Amino acid sequence: MQMMLLLPELTLCLMALVFFFCALGPCKTDTLNNLASGLSVLCLAAAVAGFNQEGMLFFQTYRVDLFSQLFKIILTLGLCLTIWSGPGLRGIEEQLRPEYYLFLAVATLGMTLLSSAHELLTILLSLEISAFALFAIIPFRHQTMRREHLEAAIKYFLFSAIATGLLLYGMSYVFGLGHSTLLGELAQTLPALMQNEPLAVVGMVMLLCGFFYKLALFPMHFLTPDVYEGSANETTSFIATLPKIAVIAIIIRLVSLVGAEAVSLTWILAVFAVMSMTIGNLCALVQNDLKRLLAYSSIAHAGYVTIGVLSVNQIGFAAAIYYMLGYLLMNLACFFVIYQLAAEGENLTFDHLHGLYRRAPLLACTLAAGAFGLTGIPPTIGFTGKFMVFTAALQRGHYTLVILAVINSAISAFYYLKLVRAAYRPMAESGESVTLSWSATSLGLFLLASIILAGILPQGIIALAQEAVNSMG
Amino acid sequence: MFGSKALTFAFPFVAFVSFVVKKREFELPDHCHPAVSPHIERPMDNYLILNTLNYPILSLILLLPAAGALGCLFLHNERALKFWGLGVSLATAIVSCPLFTRFDPTTAKYQFAELRRWFPAFDLDYVIGVDGISVLLVLLTTFIMPLCILCSWRHITVRLKEFLVVMLLMETAMIGVFISLNTVLFYIFWEGMLVPMYLIIAIWGGQRRDYASIKFFLYTFTGSIFLLVAVIALYVSTGTFFIPELMEPAYPFMYQLWIFLAFALSFAIKIPIYPLHTWLPAAHVEAPAAGSVILASILLKMGGYGFLRFCLPIAPAATLACMPWLIGIALVSIVFGGYLALGQSDIKKLIAYSSVGHMGFVTLGIFLLSDLGIKGALLQMINHGITTGALFICVGIIYERTHSREISGNAALGMEMPLFVTFLGIFCLASFGFPGTNSFVSEFLVLIAAFAKYPLVGAAAILGAILAAAFMLRLLQKMIWDRSDGHALPQSDREERRILRDLDLREIAILGVLAVGVFWLGFYPKPLLAVMDSSVAHLIRQVEAGSIVEVAGERKTQDAQPETWDLGPGI
Repeated sequence: MQMMLLLPELTLCLMALVFFFCALGPCKTDTLNNLASGLSVLCLAAAVAGFNQEGMLFFQTYRVDLFSQLFKIILTLGLCLTIWSGPGLRGIEEQLRPEYYLFLAVATLGMTLLSSAHELLTILLSLEISAFALFAIIPFRHQTMRREHLEAAIKYFLFSAIATGLLLYGMSYVFGLGHSTLLGELAQTLPALMQNEPLAVVGMVMLLCGFFYKLALFPMHFLTPDVYEGSANETTSFIATLPKIAVIAIIIRLVSLVGAEAVSLTWILAVFAVMSMTIGNLCALVQNDLKRLLAYSSIAHAGYVTIGVLSVNQIGFAAAIYYMLGYLLMNLACFFVIYQLAAEGENLTFDHLHGLYRRAPLLACTLAAGAFGLTGIPPTIGFTGKFMVFTAALQRGHYTLVILAVINSAISAFYYLKLVRAAYRPMAESGESVTLSWSATSLGLFLLASIILAGILPQGIIALAQEAVNSMG
Repeated sequence: MFGSKALTFAFPFVAFVSFVVKKREFELPDHCHPAVSPHIERPMDNYLILNTLNYPILSLILLLPAAGALGCLFLHNERALKFWGLGVSLATAIVSCPLFTRFDPTTAKYQFAELRRWFPAFDLDYVIGVDGISVLLVLLTTFIMPLCILCSWRHITVRLKEFLVVMLLMETAMIGVFISLNTVLFYIFWEGMLVPMYLIIAIWGGQRRDYASIKFFLYTFTGSIFLLVAVIALYVSTGTFFIPELMEPAYPFMYQLWIFLAFALSFAIKIPIYPLHTWLPAAHVEAPAAGSVILASILLKMGGYGFLRFCLPIAPAATLACMPWLIGIALVSIVFGGYLALGQSDIKKLIAYSSVGHMGFVTLGIFLLSDLGIKGALLQMINHGITTGALFICVGIIYERTHSREISGNAALGMEMPLFVTFLGIFCLASFGFPGTNSFVSEFLVLIAAFAKYPLVGAAAILGAILAAAFMLRLLQKMIWDRSDGHALPQSDREERRILRDLDLREIAILGVLAVGVFWLGFYPKPLLAVMDSSVAHLIRQVEAGSIVEVAGERKTQDAQPETWDLGPGI
């Protein structure tokens, strides 16, 4: 019975083990790839199978509930899709490919742990498990590239260390004031402390800043573009999506712990959200490297999703979960196109997209769906997500915040449209056409369909997310 | 690997299955007549007359083009594609006919209505219906679309399949805008329309299509993003997205003003009024002929429709307060549009600026807030759809032959293309409101309303009508005669003789249909006016009632409960 509670985690461990043994001997890329897709699907199946489990493990430090299980499904789905969207690992050193999958599995394991962690030190441990795996895979990029991946890895590592320091410092405050590291016990004391003790607010903000680093929210956003640019395309598609989802899970847990009455925290989060959106969108306007552009776009989206979180109501949290799912699908759509176009695993600029609608109509269409979705044009999932986030915020009376957010999404329309323009701009000579494998075609169609269908028919997902938020209790 | 990959579909499908299961609980069995769903406690019956035809007519005309677009994907033969596109749009037009013949003009309720649960977590319903204000615009859309596809028969040579897909999706979105009775549904179609229209301009457009398409997109997107805020704000304060219910409460004045401004910005950009019109000439000039026709005939009407559907009934007091400003801006649009049109050498640009003037008449008619004014404005929208659409088709026809949009490049066509210039003459005269043509009736109605209320406004609007005659007659003179006497071909100063085909049967058919419309509405507009009669009267009652309540309510709210609207009910 206890096994069932940990089924997704155990399956991810199994996946990591299998790739550990693969790493010992020579292994063909095709075999690896098939193995990785098979095992990741197994993980997804395990997460789905463990969906209705509930329980507390390890002396109240590990909570398995609908909320965590939903996030585990989203995370393993993300793992499946990232592995599916980057077959062959073109951008990764050949002899490091088994290790690459190994670390992907470990990173995802850390994130699934994070979504269930219910105690401050467990949270720290799970965060670090996923972070260390990511430190390892960023410099795995092909050596033929310039050495910017090493720069990215060093930056990611050093600033992550600083963020962890902040996180620990914040935890020490919270622990000192609340006399416990268990979230269950902190839930009793923290709301009152947040009202009366400025130190608790400071501690909480520092604690959250440790996660904002992963989420790429305003004060901790600055190295995201460098890291995205330096990492291999498949690595970027992973670190741009999954860690953020896991971190949103824990942020929702922490913010709901503090409760809706902590006005000062709401204010700070609102400022972070607005700054994040504004900086992200304005900087993205002038980018030429697609991954840098998507990095700034992700900074902006971190701002939108924070609006849902800071509304601190059921609909806001549910909207944040839905938004992250949409973000996963739309971002993967963009990264999938980038991976397919970059034959050598190189970085792409707008010039590489020219004439795409002739060379590969499906890729152009997928990119357009992703870009329009990120802009928030109906009927995509991006629109429905924004719509719900704004509704949640307006219910709390955050009129100014929502107006700033919509102005921001009007600004963002310009650079997302730049992607579509580049893909659909006619060119005199039609470049070589891109041939897609069967699995790439099906992935493109899947992303296209899910972005639109999940936007038109959001009811199932939202109901699920609301139940999950209620189960958090 | 095949099987394993298939499993990754699992998650969204689980979600969809759960959606379908949830949906089942709410859906009524099809065979029982849906009097009112037991799950919907609100008395929507007061506003709706559910569809009594034995098929869901509105859903059918909404989904037929979308289904047709899907069907396009499976066709490869170019000829088959064209006929498929034409067939689908014609079928939509034919199916939509009962909207006119079975329309009940005695009621202001929403007819042919359909009501289904869609997104219960947000209390969102799929609710559609038409009243006297929207039904004509729906019909205009369904009847213009076959002509659009017909007029790009030869014009579109590249990526025909994608063109038809995009056109048909566009038709779905446009019909959706006019029939939605739910603000979110409205917003989805309103914004969803941007994508196909953007693609029409960006892929099949002229030289500066990139500039024009992005300008179009950014202008309209920026405008409508505030519409979203207004939609959510209304939901938060009333707890409903259902448009007729949103018209009921008397909101505090400041709240009305903000809502009005948020709505009006997006509609003013779409209609467009001066000084927000600059996207229009760019988009018109660069769009392919069919795109220009859609833009002029239908897209611009959405602005006027939005004013009538949202601004007037939801924020009547704010409407009254803003009325002088909007009348002023409308006058500026009329005069300025005409003045700018006078100076254009590009035919498409000239017609585009003339549209600014015509739509100025629409804005003027709407904000005179009188029965005649609103009827005139509605009729003007239909008429503008017919005549300006026809003029853009004419430009498309001549562009196919001379590859020039300049007036000087298309001068003195009279002897070479007599049929063409006949039609051009009819539509040009109709465009500036020559008696006997359709625009005369509508502009006349608006002018009567203006003189009845503010004679000075009427006098200023007359100036616009004179300007319209000036630039249209100049266009006609240049294009038909220029320096020839109309009897001999003006070959002397040309190096080579150009050979211009006159209209073929297809083009005669397109223009002929529109010319019939011009004269029918010119001589006998009564059927259309009858359709809009009770809805317009109801709208005016709403505005009057709202403004009277407001005078009392404003003081009350200022004393007792300032900013009650800040606190919305929870879900």
